[in-house]
This record gives sequence, C-alpha cells and structure tokens, in this order.
Amino acid sequence: MKKAIHYINQFFAGIGGEELADHKPEIREGLVGPSLALNSVLDGEVTHTIICGDNFMGSNTEEAVKLILGFLEDKEFDIFIAGPAFQAGRYGVACGTIAKAVKEKFNVPVLTSMNEENPGVEMFKKDMHIFKGGKSAAKLRDDVKVMADFANKLLMGEKTGSADEEGFFPRGIRAQVWLENGPIASKRGVDMLIKKLNDEEYISELPIPELDRVEIASPIMDLSKANIALITTGGIVPVNNPDRIQSASATRWGRYDISNDDRLQSGVYKTIHAGFDPAAADADPNVVMPVDAMKAYLKEGKFGKLHKYFYSTVGTGTTQAEAMRMGKEIVEKLREDNVDGVIMTAT
Amino acid sequence: MVIMCNLIPVATTVGANKIVPTISIPYPLGDPQTPKEVQWKLRYHRVGVALDALAEDIKEQTVFRVKI
Repeated sequence: MKKAIHYINQFFAGIGGEELADHKPEIREGLVGPSLALNSVLDGEVTHTIICGDNFMGSNTEEAVKLILGFLEDKEFDIFIAGPAFQAGRYGVACGTIAKAVKEKFNVPVLTSMNEENPGVEMFKKDMHIFKGGKSAAKLRDDVKVMADFANKLLMGEKTGSADEEGFFPRGIRAQVWLENGPIASKRGVDMLIKKLNDEEYISELPIPELDRVEIASPIMDLSKANIALITTGGIVPVNNPDRIQSASATRWGRYDISNDDRLQSGVYKTIHAGFDPAAADADPNVVMPVDAMKAYLKEGKFGKLHKYFYSTVGTGTTQAEAMRMGKEIVEKLREDNVDGVIMTAT
Repeated sequence: MVIMCNLIPVATTVGANKIVPTISIPYPLGDPQTPKEVQWKLRYHRVGVALDALAEDIKEQTVFRVKI
C-alpha cells in the first residue's frame, strides 16, 4: 500500500481559528479533518497528518519548515499532499512553502489545491502541481477528489495529462506530445493564422503568460516638503465602521480624518478584519496603522505634511479585481489632494 | 509607495517595488507581549525606514533592511 502524508492548518484540524493561528507544527498518526476525505478517495493510506498554524508558518517560516522536515525524517511516504487551501491566502502560502521544502528534501511528488485568487498560486505554481480549487470549504470534497485522482495516477505510475486535462494551474512547462490523430502542426498553424486574420477565435498552442508588473515610481526628491498618506488593508476603522466595510471579501473602503489626532486611540478606532486575531489591533490600533510614529516624524520635520485622511479597507478574501478597482479609486482621491507618497501597511 | 508587511514573499510575488518588513500579521508594528516603549521603538524605527524608502532611487524591487 502506498503511503501519503497530509498537511493542514490549525483551523481545519479543529484546533481553532485566528486566535490559535500561532499554533506550532505537530504531527499526528492517522487522520484529522480533511485527511478523512483524502484517505477515502486515495489509492493508498494517509498515515500521518501534519498541523501548523497559518501565522506560525507565515511569521516563523524557517523554524516551521525545519520542525516539519524533522517530523518527516523517519517516516516512509510516497506522496505529500497539502490543503486544499481555497481562497485562504496565508493557508495557501503555507501549503506551497511546506510542499516545496518537502519536495526538495525528500524528492517525492507534492500536490496542493487553491483557488485562483489565492496568492499562493502565483508564488508556487511553477514549483508543484496546484489544482484549481473552490473559494471556500464547501468545495472540500470536490477539491480533494481532483487532487486524489491525480495522486492515484502518480502512485500507480500511470500517464498524466496536461494542466487543462488534469485541472492544475499551468506550470510553465512545455511538453511535446504526439497527437494520436488530427492535422499536423503546419496545417494547424495556418488554420490559426486564417482565423486570426478573420478576427475569429482560436486557441494558441503556445500561450504566453501575462505578467502584471508596476513600474517603479520615481523617488521623492525632498522628503521635507512631501505630502505623505497612510493606507492600510488591516481594516482599521472608527468603532462604528461608518462605511460598513466588510470584514472579508471587501468591496468598500473608507477614509478617516486624523488631522487632530496624535495617535489612533483604542475605543475610538478598531479593526474589523476577520482574517486575524483583532486583540492587539483593538488594544492599540497604531500597531497596524502607525499614526503615532508618523506624527512624531512630522513634528521632527522629517517629511512635510501628513495627508489629513488615512485610507482603509480589508484585505482578506478580497478578489484581485475588487482590490484593483479600490486601489484606482483611492489613487484618484490622493491625486486630487496632491499626495506625493504613500505608506501602506498590510496584515 | 512603500508597503509595510509581514509576508514578504507575497509582496515580492505580486510586484510591490518597495517593501519594509513588519513583525507579524495581527500586530505588524508592535508585539503586545513586549513593553510599550519597546513597541514604540520598533514602530518608530520601521516607519522611519519606510519614509526613507520613499526617497530612495531604486532600480529593482527592493526589500529594505530594518535594525529593530
């Protein structure tokens, strides 16, 4: 019987949510949470489950990876599977991080699954098979099944198909294949060209991935005269959340006047971000939105002017499309107010 | 623009050009387990690095160094 080891986070292990996201890595014999679903569709046995808090992996990456690789040293396994992580950004990055490390050290196949909006996809799709997953845990069984089907082929030594056929994100690897039948390449190429000339749709056999890069802005020449604004995706808002910004998957942003505040007071401001434990930010919002430090530098004359508003939204489960729209809207406002530079804090 | 964040690999992948590291996700600029003065020192230092970064002429994506 082939053996698999499964990686999941503290939430799916049933240990707890954000307040326990600092949970240190542990390994358990047998099945925990999603491992049950995986084990039931895998032509093999999930012998162990590794559990790690998302924040622990995010903030103490080296230590987390070292501990987990240590757990695995005396284990026999044929494949390593992480997630599925859906749209959970930190979980996705954690799955990618540990799977990549396991592959490098033990040279076994590693698989994971994420939603296309998960930043882990962009970071790790070249390093491993990442299967296209749903947005939330409602898709757990489906996402596990897709991974298991592919895992079964690998474990049985069967031939695997292309990214589209198998359902993983293209890895930038081009494979040459013999078509069983169908027209030869020159004919297909000319057919495509004719379609292109006629403005008809065609599917390229050599897709070029699009890179979305922002040009480096020119530096601020004289900081002592510059107008600087603060932005955060950490969900810091007045306690009554006047703009009703959503705690997750935000589509709204707000701006709040700080011209008369030396710092953000607890009880006046708080975070509504549902993606991390709010205790520290509620007790002192300046740990997320450092108004106090900016005011101190302003008084010292390090920069010219602090823009009267800080801007805020929530960056968890927020789609790239919404983030881009909100970003454009905010930049427009900042331009109107002649802001020269921005410091943005993220959680 | 400068982004101050904890998950540096995410910031570099999505293409942020100027990045200043913070210490964690729930409290980027001040660990509540440490005294207020320690938190202030750290926050003051890192925000200062971010301000300087705005004025820095960089030719490629840069993660700025922090001392505290």
